[in-house]
Amino acid sequence: MSTDIEKFKAGSPMSSTLRMDRMPHIWCPGCGIGSEVNSFAEAVKRSGIDPKKVVVVSGIGCTGRVAGYVNFDSIHTTHGRAIPVATGIKLANPELTVVVFSGEGDLAGIGGNHLIHAARRNMDLVVICNNNFTYGMTGGQLTPTTPGSAMASTTPYGNYEYPFSLPFLMDACGATYIARWTSLHSRNVTQSIEEALLRKGFSFIEIISPCPTLYLRRNRLGDGVDQLQNYQDNSILKHGADTRETAIDYQGKIVVGKFVEKNKPTYLEASDKCSVKLVGDDYQLYGKTIPEREAEEKAEKERIAARRAAMQAEPEEAAAEPKKAAAPKAAVKKAPAKPAAASKTAKKAPAKAKPVKKAAVKAKPAKKAATKAVVKAPAKKAATKATVKKAAPKAAKTKVVAKAVKKAAPKATAKAKAAPKKTRK
Amino acid sequence: MKTKPSGVSGTGGSGGDVCSSERYPGATIVTADPKGVDAGPHFMDGDHAIAEGGLAAGCRFFAGYPITPSTEAAERFAERAPEVGAMFIQMEDELASIAALIGGAWGGQKCMTVTCGPGFSLMTENLGLACMTETPMVIANVQRGGPSTGLPTLTAQQDMMQARYGPHGDNMIIALCPDSPQECFDLTVEAFNLSEYYRVPVIILTDETVGHMHEKVVIPPADQIKILPRNNYSGPKESCRPYKFDSQGGHPMVRAGDGYNFHITGLTHNEKGYPVMTAEQNVKVVTHLMEKINGNADKIIRLEENEIDGADVVVVSYGITSRIAVKAIQDARKEGIKVGSLRLITIWPFCEKRIRKLAPKVKAFVVPEINYGQMVKEVERCAGGVKVISVNHCGGAVHDPDVILAAIRKANQ
Repeated sequence: MSTDIEKFKAGSPMSSTLRMDRMPHIWCPGCGIGSEVNSFAEAVKRSGIDPKKVVVVSGIGCTGRVAGYVNFDSIHTTHGRAIPVATGIKLANPELTVVVFSGEGDLAGIGGNHLIHAARRNMDLVVICNNNFTYGMTGGQLTPTTPGSAMASTTPYGNYEYPFSLPFLMDACGATYIARWTSLHSRNVTQSIEEALLRKGFSFIEIISPCPTLYLRRNRLGDGVDQLQNYQDNSILKHGADTRETAIDYQGKIVVGKFVEKNKPTYLEASDKCSVKLVGDDYQLYGKTIPEREAEEKAEKERIAARRAAMQAEPEEAAAEPKKAAAPKAAVKKAPAKPAAASKTAKKAPAKAKPVKKAAVKAKPAKKAATKAVVKAPAKKAATKATVKKAAPKAAKTKVVAKAVKKAAPKATAKAKAAPKKTRK
Repeated sequence: MKTKPSGVSGTGGSGGDVCSSERYPGATIVTADPKGVDAGPHFMDGDHAIAEGGLAAGCRFFAGYPITPSTEAAERFAERAPEVGAMFIQMEDELASIAALIGGAWGGQKCMTVTCGPGFSLMTENLGLACMTETPMVIANVQRGGPSTGLPTLTAQQDMMQARYGPHGDNMIIALCPDSPQECFDLTVEAFNLSEYYRVPVIILTDETVGHMHEKVVIPPADQIKILPRNNYSGPKESCRPYKFDSQGGHPMVRAGDGYNFHITGLTHNEKGYPVMTAEQNVKVVTHLMEKINGNADKIIRLEENEIDGADVVVVSYGITSRIAVKAIQDARKEGIKVGSLRLITIWPFCEKRIRKLAPKVKAFVVPEINYGQMVKEVERCAGGVKVISVNHCGGAVHDPDVILAAIRKANQ
């Protein structure tokens, strides 16, 4: 086993963005966090941002461990305090891109006050919230988002509290970018994170995700793949949806999409403006005037654009990567990077039938998802069901996704084209 | 340990070269950035002096939450921030304030906040994280009477033990106790230096009286203020370690954005910062956290002593209480009692050695403090059976000097 892991580490396409010396990770097979981390790492790569300037901050819990596995500057803080720590980093060095990656219990429960105030201030942070309706690390207790009637270890007779709808909460607080996906929507997650990394202001991305070990098991909802099927059947794509209509009932419809994207001055911009009014144009923060900082920012933007351009100009090299990874991956069942590799293969080589099927179920972290994929073949299932629009006949639905992706990032046409191809298969 | 017979009044007790390479082995010592130094004589209160001390020491990041009687320091910093080029943010609570300092420190800035009891209680959470992650920061606790919301806002010295033992788990901090607005300035500068060197939160344990008391404060010109600048690691990436468990100070920080991809966690960790949750590793980490302070106590501790030699009674006091004790000491001397004064400038680590050395030579120690008896426990622990008289006095007001005088008389019997 240990030798397999070593092989995997050596061949992993993620070795530049993930800490291979920390693998294997702690997440269970079928958990959504692994694929989210892959999406995140992929998004950082694609964004063209200098990885040296990315800082990841996590709180406590299963998702709180993300900081320990990403190969960036990272801080694993106390329970609920990831956002204020991130705020401190961002304000201490505004040229950093600061990402908070944590769970809903950490962010919206114990850290709820920080979440709402960071959104209110339009603090320039990317907040990625893994929402699996449960406190995983402590054994499956009720969280602020657990849907009504769901079982949790502290609601052994069913939940009778009212849950938060996080997009609605964030909208009310003034967040300037709000998206929600499920861990089925791995590519959309990547896309949203990439957008958030490249924009200014408070970005909130919620990812509904399965916890097979606790939430699913306690509620007898099967394993990770069964839950992905549920996401497949029940996700409703609705960009720009009224966030008042994003509540999630127990195993009910999940409205996904990009709900909010707007611009308003960030905390730093507002603070700069106020200080300039007071001190004049020679106002400096940490010894740098605003024009100096703006020039640096502009130069950095150009470097980012150049990196992005270079990346898009080398699709073949990128396509070769997953192939390289394929060998060790096949040998190692527990390969945590599998989903990303699978989805990549699918995207870059849509002609190959097998990987495509996997990719349909893809997005799922560990071997479980991948191995079951063949058995369950949800794409087929969905296709046979293709009677009503709501049941998301696969092709119809993915068309919408593709359109949405295009709309979201007109530049990324190549990617947007790749998406429908793969899903139609 | 410095002794400085500067008169019993104690004001200005931070004289001498308190920022030397002897005290901070291996450290780079520079003069202050003039931008943050509002040099000259001022008439200001202790709170304002704390903010000025921070700015002079190079602090450029303040995250705070209003709470009387400390708010004036936050207000002062907020007012001065734009001209100095510093960042001030009022956070949503004290939990967030101290969390932001941790972020700010790893983001490369010297950071500070101010609070009092109720806010300090909230801060103890991430005070623990700051100790564990060896994050430098300065926190001023302008004490008011407790427990709970207690006495807003009358004076007290009731958080002495909380500062030391507040966070769960074994940990060690440094705490300083100014007795005047001038010392609020001086000790804030010193707090930053200690904090940078030992990579530990340093707490300024002042009180409402000193915080709100206006006195003459002389801020020296920048070239006379010696500070330790942030020591950032700049070597090769392969040998970058955010930690070194050798029970010493002087280790560099790693700054976010410098490309070292550091990892910091509140979990028990190895020198790379990665979690290693074993009993053996915990021994290494905790021993280092405790011993880098306790083992260097002689370098850290500063006391002000007056007429200790040949004294029959030694009054051990700190903060505003030491200035009240002056009157009692003078009266006692007029009565012919040989009284010495030992003022704690450094509260934590406690001056254990000094008390142990003095104990056999005196009849008794007298420990006045505005609480139900906190530091007296430390004195008792070190007095080796010598009589220790606690002149405790619950919060709300300073002592009546006659009460202290009565205790001195009793001690002399």
